[in-house]
Amino acid sequence: MNHFEVFNLPVSFEIDTDNLAQRYRDLQHVVHPDKYVNAPDRERRLAMQKAVQVNEAFQILKNPLDRGLYILQLQGIETNDNSAMDSEFLTEQMDLREELADLREKTQPFNALSNFINRLEKNKTFLIDILSQQFAQKEYQLALESTKKFQFFKRLHEEALSLEEDFF
Amino acid sequence: MALLQISEPGQYADPHQHRIAAGIDLGTTNSLVASIRSGLAETLPDIEGHHLLPSIVHYAKEEPAIVGNAAKQFANTDPLNTIASAKRLMGRGLKDIKTTGTRLPYDFIEKEGQGMPMIRTAAGDKSPVQVSADILNALKKRAEETLDGELSGVVITVPAYFDDAQRQATKDAATLAGLNVLRLLNEPTAAAVAYGLDKGAEGIYAIYDLGGGTFDISILRLHHGVFEVMATAGNSALGGDDIDRTIAQWIMQEANIADDAEHHHIRQLLDVARTAKETLTTQDIAPIQLEGHIKWQGELTHAQLNQLIDPLIHKTIIPCRRAMRDAGLTVEHIKEIVMVGGATRMPRVREKVGDFFKRSPHTDIDPDKVVAIGAAIQADILAGNKPDDEMLLLDVIPLSLGLETMGGLSEKIIPRNTTIPVAKAQEFTTFKDGQTAMLLHIVQGERELVLDCRSLARFELRRIPKMVAGSARIRVTFQVDADGLLSVSATEETTGVHSEIIVKPSYGLQDNDIERMLKDSLEHAKYDIAARTLREQQVEADSVINALRAAIKADGHHLLKHQEFLKINAALNDLLKIKEGTDVKAIKKAIEHLDNITQSYAERRMDSAIHRAVKGQHVDEL
Repeated sequence: MNHFEVFNLPVSFEIDTDNLAQRYRDLQHVVHPDKYVNAPDRERRLAMQKAVQVNEAFQILKNPLDRGLYILQLQGIETNDNSAMDSEFLTEQMDLREELADLREKTQPFNALSNFINRLEKNKTFLIDILSQQFAQKEYQLALESTKKFQFFKRLHEEALSLEEDFF
Repeated sequence: MALLQISEPGQYADPHQHRIAAGIDLGTTNSLVASIRSGLAETLPDIEGHHLLPSIVHYAKEEPAIVGNAAKQFANTDPLNTIASAKRLMGRGLKDIKTTGTRLPYDFIEKEGQGMPMIRTAAGDKSPVQVSADILNALKKRAEETLDGELSGVVITVPAYFDDAQRQATKDAATLAGLNVLRLLNEPTAAAVAYGLDKGAEGIYAIYDLGGGTFDISILRLHHGVFEVMATAGNSALGGDDIDRTIAQWIMQEANIADDAEHHHIRQLLDVARTAKETLTTQDIAPIQLEGHIKWQGELTHAQLNQLIDPLIHKTIIPCRRAMRDAGLTVEHIKEIVMVGGATRMPRVREKVGDFFKRSPHTDIDPDKVVAIGAAIQADILAGNKPDDEMLLLDVIPLSLGLETMGGLSEKIIPRNTTIPVAKAQEFTTFKDGQTAMLLHIVQGERELVLDCRSLARFELRRIPKMVAGSARIRVTFQVDADGLLSVSATEETTGVHSEIIVKPSYGLQDNDIERMLKDSLEHAKYDIAARTLREQQVEADSVINALRAAIKADGHHLLKHQEFLKINAALNDLLKIKEGTDVKAIKKAIEHLDNITQSYAERRMDSAIHRAVKGQHVDEL
């Protein structure tokens, strides 16, 4: 059973997250270990397996990047390949990283860092839109490129957030 | 048409049988026990009417442990044998305790190879787990006397930010106290349950829980009885104790008291500090008077107090930010902030939290009792007393789990704030021909270097089938259950051989330690182990029988073929007869037999329930 089937949903990048969350809660009412505290051992194990499956499926489907990667995997596309990115994108990433490194040196980086994080978030939103279009048109190779870019932004975003935490 | 009795899998508690269940808040400073009485959740007082049991245990030679207020009296006169704040030591090593800056006035024993610290007392060496077990025992007695019966199960609360070792230590303490743990529940989630059900709350809530020794922030979505934790963060070594200590240090400075003052002086100073802190909750100035060995007089003002404690409060705001980030929310999304824990009575804490969330926190609940009450509500449901209740708690793992890789780096396997239960499998291979063993080191924490994370355990995989280097495929599964506890299993994929796993917990007790302690403890030595085993098997048999009967009644007619039904019925009748006897092995065998022949039926039931849930249809709508 694939993650979409767990929720009785069609395989699609477009997803109504409220509807997904509602289905998730409905399923948890049936499979959560709390419902099996007094059940015989084997039934408890069975429920545990199902609860784990439902949690994993939800975790992946609610997150746009993970959902995108998962759809590509369902298409039989290798998502772990380390082939080169286009050089323009890499240059852009290097510039962003340099900017973040410079922020680290500043004594009052708070506002600048906030702006930087906002920019990264906008970029992520933009990439989600692109992914949406690419999946709608079944352009899986292009979508694969976009997910890779997404991962670069995600990493950078995490680093920026942890820097912000250090300064707070 | 007769109404069809609907029974989902998992729900089969006998409705006529009320099980006595309780919620226990095992706190750093105080502990409580609560239960549902005539439909109301309430904390249970002792004979003198005190609800809070100070988490203090006094040990005297060849005497039973004294717990609570009676033990508190010894704190100044006999500090080395009077253990307070044992929760701070749970699942930790001596090194951790020293690095957190906690200066505890006990006589610690350093033992080679023993992660868990032991404390030398007049009644022998005690681990923090044993001290906690003594506290739990006192609460158990209180509950059983008040409720007039044996406790069938308890829910024990732990700080959300407790790591695996700290949770395991808590569960071990419950085992030592002879308690059946239905669930370890995170304290802020327990508070949300008590608060949410009471106020009929819906929406997103922040629970700020600053207790005696721990701090948690949890962001929850409340939706029709479902309590979904979106993110949690905290600090398991920060609380009201630290505020007292900061004030005490200030007094020491002002009064020229040397850092290496004697144990009982430090105790006395901490008491004076706590009193000053409490006075300043309602007054502007707190007079301070030291008597006895060191005489000093002075006063602490509000402004001075704020200056002293602002850095500590700031340390709680950092996790608040992180939790909001992890939940993907901004403060505007939060409907209300619920304050839990005695330390949230301090006006400065409320003010600073209000500043961060841009609204005043909610303070009309009793911050001391709300956690125990939430635990009691869940205990009542888990015990099976409310089979139709819609309440459901979806909690998360607070800290990422990782594996040590080459170069001492931690590779994250399960990221923090993942909903539990969760399982992740990872594949490993051998790097030498004929290699039969492998060592895995599992850590918890967010940092990249293994050294900066908490070491949980070293797992030794043994009996890997001999193969050429790189051809073995060992699949290791890490599972975190609904208590937030980790377990690990391993299989070699090409041969299907289960590898043996030997766990060396870094700070916890090993299974044989617990067994030994159980035997050592007087109460259990009297206990007839054979009688206990028989009773356990009979209870398990009853549970299997009740489950099966309820299931057949609900859907046996359309999920069971006639032949299958006859076969199951025969096995069921056999078990009914055998369980009345005293042959433990025979009962066990009969249960296993029934278990085996009903396996496919159980799976069909589960699938059918899942199918209905996801279709949004219930049987009565068909």
